[in-house]
Amino acid sequence: MSCPPPDENPAAAFDPAERVSPLGGGTIASGTLPPWFLRGVVGGAALIALAFLLATGGFTIVLFFVLTAVIALPTAYVWSRAAEGRRMAMDRLATLGIVAGFFVAVGPLISLLYEVVKRGLPDLNSSFFSESARGVIGAGGGAQHAIVGTLVITGVATLISVPIGIMAAVYLNEYGKGRLRKALTFFVDVMTGIPSIVAGLFAYALFAAFLGPGIRLGIIGSVALSVLMIPIVIRSAEEILKIVPDHLREAAYALGTPKWKVVTKIVLPTALAGLVTGVMLAVARVIGETAPLLVTTGVIDSVNTNPLSGRMQNLAVFAYSEYKDPGVDVQAGYDKAWAAVLTLILIVMVLSLAARWIYRRYGTDLRDTR
Amino acid sequence: MPETADKTRTDRSTAVATDLANTAKASKGGGDVVERTSKRFSVKDLNLFYGEFQAVQDVSMRIEPNQVTALIGSSGCGKTTVLRAFNRMHELTPGARVEGEVSLDDQDIYASNIDPVEVRRLVGMVFQAPNPFPTMTVYENVAAGLTLNRRGLSKSDKDNVVEKSLRGAHLWEEVKDRLDRKGSALSGGQQQRLCIARAIAVEPEVLLMDEPCSALDPVATLAVEDLIDDLKSRYTIVIVTHNMQQAARASDVTAFFNLEASGKPGRLVEMDATDKMFTTPSKKETEDYVSGRFG
Repeated sequence: MSCPPPDENPAAAFDPAERVSPLGGGTIASGTLPPWFLRGVVGGAALIALAFLLATGGFTIVLFFVLTAVIALPTAYVWSRAAEGRRMAMDRLATLGIVAGFFVAVGPLISLLYEVVKRGLPDLNSSFFSESARGVIGAGGGAQHAIVGTLVITGVATLISVPIGIMAAVYLNEYGKGRLRKALTFFVDVMTGIPSIVAGLFAYALFAAFLGPGIRLGIIGSVALSVLMIPIVIRSAEEILKIVPDHLREAAYALGTPKWKVVTKIVLPTALAGLVTGVMLAVARVIGETAPLLVTTGVIDSVNTNPLSGRMQNLAVFAYSEYKDPGVDVQAGYDKAWAAVLTLILIVMVLSLAARWIYRRYGTDLRDTR
Repeated sequence: MPETADKTRTDRSTAVATDLANTAKASKGGGDVVERTSKRFSVKDLNLFYGEFQAVQDVSMRIEPNQVTALIGSSGCGKTTVLRAFNRMHELTPGARVEGEVSLDDQDIYASNIDPVEVRRLVGMVFQAPNPFPTMTVYENVAAGLTLNRRGLSKSDKDNVVEKSLRGAHLWEEVKDRLDRKGSALSGGQQQRLCIARAIAVEPEVLLMDEPCSALDPVATLAVEDLIDDLKSRYTIVIVTHNMQQAARASDVTAFFNLEASGKPGRLVEMDATDKMFTTPSKKETEDYVSGRFG
C-alpha cells in the first residue's frame, strides 16, 4: 500500500467532479425499444421471406426458416445498436441466436414425429392391436404378436438389468474403493460403447453353446438387451447416488444405523425418483433395438408370451421385416411398418409419462436437501 | 407413559453392546424426574489425521456428565474433528485415522472389540445444517432411529416416543398438527429442533452438537439454547460453536482450540469453567481470542 505524500490532501484524488469511470460514461439511461421489438423483427422477416419465396416459387420449410433467420438477425442487431447501444444489441443478437438454435435442434424431431404420425396413424386401428400376422400375406392382420413380444422381451430385460445395475452402482458409489472400483468403472464405460449387434451375437453364442446352434428364444433377446441396458442403468444410478448429500448418510450413522440400512433405508429411497428416471432412459434406449433381436429372438407371425420357448416377434423387427418383405400388398406392408414404429414411440411415451408421474408423486427434489 | 419410557430404555439397554459399561440406569422417565446419570468422556493423547495431514495433536481432556462443554476456536483448528472422534464419525471420512484413547466412562471406544455402530447409539449427534431425511414426514423423522434400528416396536410406543422427543425438543406444540408433513417443509429453526428430537428419540447418553445454531436466526438460536440448557440435566452435551456469546451463555465448561500456524495441527490450549475462561483465562492466547484480539 502506498501512502500519499503528507502535504497532499488524499481526498482530493477522489473529487467526484473530476472522477472519470474507467468503464466509460456516467450515464445509465439509454434509448429503449418496445418489448415486442424482437417479435416484430422476426415477424417482419418471416413475412418478407415468405413473400420472396412464394414469388420465386421455391418455397420449402427449411429454406423459409433459414431466410427468416438471415434477415432477422442482422436487422435486429443493427436496429438495436442504433437505438439502444452495443451491449443491448449483443443481447438481442444472442437471444435470437438461441431461439434459432432451438429450432435447429427441435426441427428435425418435430418433422420426424409428424412423418411417423402421418404415415402410421391410418393403420393404427383396433385390429392392429388385437390380431397377429398369422396367415396374413396381404393387407389386414395386426401386430399384437409384436407388441406382446416387445413388452415381454423388454420387461424381462428390465427385470435382469435393474437389480444388477443398481446393486453395481451402490457398490461403486457406497462401498467400492481402490483398483477394483477403478477397473469396474472402466469396464462399465467400455460396455456403454458396445455395438448392439455384438450384444446380440454374444447372447446368441452364450445360449447356442448350451442349447445348440439355431436356437431362438425371447429370453436370449432379453439377455442381449440386458447387456446394453446394464451399463446405462449403472451410470445413471451412480450419478444419482453421488448427489445424495453425505449429511443424510451421516445423520443416519449418528443414530447408530448400520451401513447396509443407511444404504437401503436412506440413500436409495432419497434417490428413488432419479433411479426410476435412469431406468426409463435405459428402457427407451433398448426398446427399439432391432439387430440384436433379429439374431436372438427370430421372426414369427403368431403370438408367443413365453420367453423360454419358441421364437418371439417384436415391433422393431416387425417394422423391419414388413419393409423388407411386404408380402403381396406392398403398400399395406409399408403402412404396417409405420404403424409399428408409431406404436413403439407411443409405448416409450407412456413409460416416460409414467416415470414423470412417479417422480412427481414420490420424488425428492435433491436440491431441497442441500 | 412413564411405563413406556422405562420399557423403552430397558429394551435398548439389552440391545446395546454389553462391552460398554452399563453404569447409566434409566431415570424413572416422564414427569420432571431428571436424576439420570449420563456418561463421562476422557480423552488421552488424541491425534487425528486426514490421510497424511494431522488435523489435531495431543488432545487430552475430560468431559463431565450433565454439563455442557463448549469447544471454541478459530476455523480449521480441529474442533469439529475432535467432536466427530467422540462418536466414531471421524473414521467415515476416507483416509481418516485416529490415534490415542477416547473413553466413555471406562471403556475405550476405539478398542478393537467395540462396534462403532453401538457407540453411535450411545453418542448422538446434531449437525451444523439441519438435515431431516427428505423422504420422511416429521413423525417418521423423529421415529427414524427407532424404525431403522429396532424391530417390533408397537405403534403406540412409537407415538409416545415421538411425542416425548418432540416435547423434549420444544417442538411439539408447533408441529403436533402436521406430523404427516415432510420434515423439509418446516422452517430452518424447526428443522434443527426436529433433528435434535430425532437424536434424543433414541435416548443417547451423550449429545454432540456441531455448530447447531450457525444456520439459524437469533430467535431460533435462543430456542435451541434454551433446549440445550434443558437437556443437560439428562445428557452429557458437547457443543462446537463459533459464537463466543453462545459459548458464554450456554456452556458450563469451555475448551479453547488453536493452531500455531496454518497447516499445523490444532491443539487444545486451555479448558476450564466457562466463567473463568471468559474473564480470567490462564493463557494469553485464550484471552486474546475471547476478547477478539487475535490474528
